[in-house]
Amino acid sequence: MKRLARLLALAMWGAVAVVTPASAELNLILDGPTVEPMPIAVAPFVDEGGAGDYAQEIGRVVVADLVGTGLFYEIAPEAHISRVTAFDAPIAFADWKAINAQALVVGAVTVSGDQITVKFRAFDVFSEVQVDGAALQFAGTTDGWRRMAHKVADVIYSKITGESGYFDSRVVFVAESGPKNERLKRLAVMDYDGANVAYLTDSSALVTSPRFSPAGDRILYTSYETGFPRVTLLDVNSLERRTLQEQPGTMSFSPRFSPDGNRVVFSLEQGGNSDIYLLDLESGALNQLTNSPAIETAPSFSPDGSQITFESDRTGEQQVYVMPASGGEGTRISGGEGRYGTPVWSPRGDYIAFTKQNAGRFHIGVMRTDGSEERLLTASFLDEGPTWAPNGRVLMFTRETSGAGGQTSLWSVDITGRNLKQIPTDGPATDPAWSPLLP
Amino acid sequence: MTLAVKSLLFIAVLGLAACNNPDRYGAGGAGGDGGAGGIDTTGLGDPSNPTSIAYFNQTVGDRVLFAVDQATLTPEGRAVLTRQAQWLNQNPGYAAIIEGHADEQGTAEYNQSLGAKRAAAALNFLISQGVAANRMRPISYGKLRPIEVCSEEACYAQNRRVVTVLAAGAGV
Repeated sequence: MKRLARLLALAMWGAVAVVTPASAELNLILDGPTVEPMPIAVAPFVDEGGAGDYAQEIGRVVVADLVGTGLFYEIAPEAHISRVTAFDAPIAFADWKAINAQALVVGAVTVSGDQITVKFRAFDVFSEVQVDGAALQFAGTTDGWRRMAHKVADVIYSKITGESGYFDSRVVFVAESGPKNERLKRLAVMDYDGANVAYLTDSSALVTSPRFSPAGDRILYTSYETGFPRVTLLDVNSLERRTLQEQPGTMSFSPRFSPDGNRVVFSLEQGGNSDIYLLDLESGALNQLTNSPAIETAPSFSPDGSQITFESDRTGEQQVYVMPASGGEGTRISGGEGRYGTPVWSPRGDYIAFTKQNAGRFHIGVMRTDGSEERLLTASFLDEGPTWAPNGRVLMFTRETSGAGGQTSLWSVDITGRNLKQIPTDGPATDPAWSPLLP
Repeated sequence: MTLAVKSLLFIAVLGLAACNNPDRYGAGGAGGDGGAGGIDTTGLGDPSNPTSIAYFNQTVGDRVLFAVDQATLTPEGRAVLTRQAQWLNQNPGYAAIIEGHADEQGTAEYNQSLGAKRAAAALNFLISQGVAANRMRPISYGKLRPIEVCSEEACYAQNRRVVTVLAAGAGV
């Protein structure tokens, strides 16, 4: 855990423009009917002193981030004609044009003791100019080297797509072991790409549905530690935890933070009936937001804090609703065939992601916040529980295969439905929840 | 009884229950015995002894099943719960955890709520049959603890269940 704390505390990264930027035309429009991956060359990062393996490793993480989006295609170093031996050397654009690289990244790494400096420049090869704003320097400690690589890739992604990045982020999830009828579960956290796994709880009690706070410093989840399901708050650095709702005879579950991080919206069950409640973390004040004999659960705030989306089976079937953050009956927004649950509001506010069940299949989908433009992104025996990347372009979710040997795993997909892929984890995993972009 | 005493009572109930039933996920963690086959059944007593937990589980019947997406008790379920109530009324030295479960067809949060509805339906029926409310405590496991692992209706039907998990020595 000390390692995690250090990663989260990555010190002082200065943003220094290395070269006066010129304007560039290089860009990818993500919402078109198809996106042709952009050929990109990342010159092996230059060792400017003491960098050793870090130079190569950082370059490889930058490539993995960019290529992993499905939006870039790497031209491998073996095909490069030019060798970049000095960070500030003039770029031989003709050599990069000859191998059809549209974008070129040049970088350098310096290590002194436990201090590391990473700098990079990105170029539009065909315009022969540096990409506007894509020349920065990051400094920190060596144990945060992957974060620096992610920050480099975030800037390149952002400058070329016009979207904010999402690589320098973490995912909290439930790591599983054991057979299907006796699974052990513990909370774990990893980089968005599956690296740097750290475990936050042991597996002595069932845990489900972890969610990051808006600042990424706390995690809400549901734990059976008391013998009954209870919403629990965990401090990521100290690992101190406390049960938030200890009312005998009730169960509390499915928690999420409000956008200001001061309140928790969750399901409270009493006498068999689940309704949605709001708890003020400082004062302890508890407000009931829904009041119906139906199942009401899986609440999620809009990013401006004014509304809450949730699921209810008040019509006899699970559907998605939106209500004011002060509570009320809400308005049903899902309207297609089948059942809709686990709605999650996009951090950009433009979509609500959901799980849909129809004709014996599960789907992850998105729709506008009024329910229009429904788009199913996946289909399988069991897909559920989407979580948004901090830039609102990618969803991660749980997939489970069928049968006695059924296994859980984490997958991600773009909101366009492209780039479906499994996230590497050491073992079975469920319930991913993405952090905000790290500071 | 004070609240603190009640809480202690239920901690005791849970601790004991963990040893007594393969469905039960206790504070000590499941898995140590390698699943239901490894459960030590000696603690359940002699199944021929009508006051034993083994007798309750096997002869009275410790579980009721539900239709897909339903929390309404079936006639068979009511019959089992009626026998459970009679047994509990005749054996006041036991407390019970009423566990609601769902099959894997459904999202986690919904199934959590559905399991709670099922547990409440069974609990309320037992109360209506004269079992003191303070001897029982409901819990939902949603779809977290299937007892059968295939992905077919034969297994789902067994997983949509409420199990009455007994613990002796509760002092009620």
